[in-house]
Amino acid sequence: MSTDDHESDTRRDADGTFGEYGGQYVPEALMPALQELEDAYERYVLDNEDGFMDEFRERMRDFGGRPTPLQRADRLSERYGREIYLKREDLLHGGAHKLNNALGQVLLAKYMGKERIIAETGAGQHGTATAMAAAHLEMPCEIYMGRTDINRQRPNVYRMRMNGAEVNPVTAGSGTLKEAINETMRDWATTVERTHYVIGSVVGPHPFPKLVREFQSVIGAEARKQVREQAGRLPDSVVACAGGGSNTMGSFHEFVPDESVALYAVEAGGSSLEIDTESGVAPNSATLSTGTDGVLHGAMTKLLQSREGQIVESHSVSAGLDYAGVGPELSHLVDTGRVTPANVDDDDALNGFHRLSELEGIIPALESSHALGYLEEYHDDLGDLVVVTVSGRGDKDLETVLEETEKRDLEAAPDVEVFDR
Amino acid sequence: MTPEPTAPAFDSDVEAAIRENHPALITYITAGDPSLEDTKAYVEALDRGGSDLIELGLPFSEPIAEGPTIQGAINRALEAGTTPAGFFDLIDDLETDAPLLVMTYYNMILQFGNSEAPCASNSNSEAPRASNSDAASLRNEPTVGPFVERAAEAGLSGIIVPDLPAEEADPLRTACDEHGIDLVFIVAPTTEGERLDRIMSQVSGFAYVQARLGTTGARANVSTATHESLSRLSDYDVPKAVGFGVSEGDHAAEIIEAGADGVIVGSALVDIIADHGAGGAPAADALESKVRELKRGAVRGGDATTDEEQPEPEHP
Repeated sequence: MSTDDHESDTRRDADGTFGEYGGQYVPEALMPALQELEDAYERYVLDNEDGFMDEFRERMRDFGGRPTPLQRADRLSERYGREIYLKREDLLHGGAHKLNNALGQVLLAKYMGKERIIAETGAGQHGTATAMAAAHLEMPCEIYMGRTDINRQRPNVYRMRMNGAEVNPVTAGSGTLKEAINETMRDWATTVERTHYVIGSVVGPHPFPKLVREFQSVIGAEARKQVREQAGRLPDSVVACAGGGSNTMGSFHEFVPDESVALYAVEAGGSSLEIDTESGVAPNSATLSTGTDGVLHGAMTKLLQSREGQIVESHSVSAGLDYAGVGPELSHLVDTGRVTPANVDDDDALNGFHRLSELEGIIPALESSHALGYLEEYHDDLGDLVVVTVSGRGDKDLETVLEETEKRDLEAAPDVEVFDR
Repeated sequence: MTPEPTAPAFDSDVEAAIRENHPALITYITAGDPSLEDTKAYVEALDRGGSDLIELGLPFSEPIAEGPTIQGAINRALEAGTTPAGFFDLIDDLETDAPLLVMTYYNMILQFGNSEAPCASNSNSEAPRASNSDAASLRNEPTVGPFVERAAEAGLSGIIVPDLPAEEADPLRTACDEHGIDLVFIVAPTTEGERLDRIMSQVSGFAYVQARLGTTGARANVSTATHESLSRLSDYDVPKAVGFGVSEGDHAAEIIEAGADGVIVGSALVDIIADHGAGGAPAADALESKVRELKRGAVRGGDATTDEEQPEPEHP
């Protein structure tokens, strides 16, 4: 399959589906706004009308710090007996890949003549990226965040406030990402005429999964070019963590037509893959590995749900992976066999976190640590040349990591006590 | 074909209920709030008070179209353990003059009748943590047929799905036609042009005119968007009922006077249920008298219209 064929397949098809997944399952009031967004996506993003993409790339370079490096991880390569390269999205402004999408959408909203930005956030990474982008582009910004998440991610709440965003607590349900998305959709249904909703992942109704993937695909586009320059060939596999799936699709998209490159989407296995049917809780967010088909937040996709169709609470030590749905395109790529779903539990993710910190001097986000945990366990399956996306840096996770490490006997955990010495 | 003189004027119970009781009052409460037993008593009270159609909400965990009042009702219903099976048992038991409709989200319709165990129950965490065949074997096949069939069997007359726009509605429209059930679509203040035509060609029973942008919930006044929407819809020969924010008899009067065939009231009734807490006759009595007030308001608005315009009788 040529690259051109692939693009005409997935960038422009109008019905917004990926096989049986995707679609637009939203209240009627939002449908005209989705049509308007689809039109803007085609004009500005795909056709570079008014130089939109030129301005986006320039701002991603000067404000965002793109391109990010592809770095050979010398000690991991030695440890696993193969070439390991890290795509360093942790070095992007804000400390995670989230800015690729947030800046793209806020800029698009400006081109569309919208006057206000709203967004949901779980761990706070998308919220902080959106707040930064909105400050940079002088747009008023309100972020919806679950009460529980606000309490466990205080530094990110302050970062958003510093950048001038309002943070609206959401108290419904368990007060996490799912409820924050519900509430942002309600705001949007009320204010849709002048407000743009910057959705944070490749989820939601068409055209969001395509739009977000398009902005994030710079990760894989750069990595593909860099690995050919540095290693002289395409990798045997690309490994990325998957929650909603934005860094995953961003990393994979350019490699999808390269059939020799295996793609691994590593989800949060949490503490167990079983759903507790009594409490309606899945102590994981391994949607691609264990979910069933249904409709959530505007799209048909794989979900963690009860037999009756109620969405269950997910859980992961990594707040950024903690979501009961996943992008519809990933669901499709898993069904067609192009992407291999995998999962890593909380313990192995924490080990992955400590190992990269100690061996390479890079403190990865807990989300990214799932991809690194997979590398440790299954590197023999991944070929001689492997690209792993480090989707973000782990400074935001230090408190969680210290707390969770203390509860466990982890092989890779260092002794961090200095004050008692 | 010779026309049957005794044939019903409408092939839809829902349309008939609106046309024959014009101006119509449509009431909504959430099934299972605070329990299905209470819901039975409350529906009977809505019916006694003069509701011409009754919508029952089948609770879904992610009600994105609802404001705080109905979100609260849905949470209470889910906490009380309300399931689709229990909901249909309730409908089986109910005998009302007013036809009944179900209002629920699309995933609840898709998953109904799943015989498989919940996801992940047959995955083995000891197995290698990467596999394509696992994912395939776990796929359920969500489909709308079993829900619509059970709804028809229980005697429901219509379905409203707030997260299903006309673009995605073909499978449900087909199933509803097969089982003789109406599928009501919501028309928003932002719905115009070709999309409006498309919705009006797919709708049956009545068009649910959303009075204002936003979510459900009682409001203090009738929005100008209501008047604009009704005038956009005046050329379509489908009954129009206005909901989202209607809470008082005076609202009902104003909306009917503006050209609607009916008004839909939900949050104002759910508030009554919430205020009375668990169980009992006081809530049912309060619901019944609120319904009377609303119906009187609607009729008052209808009288004003008749005085001004003296329209032709709507049907023989």
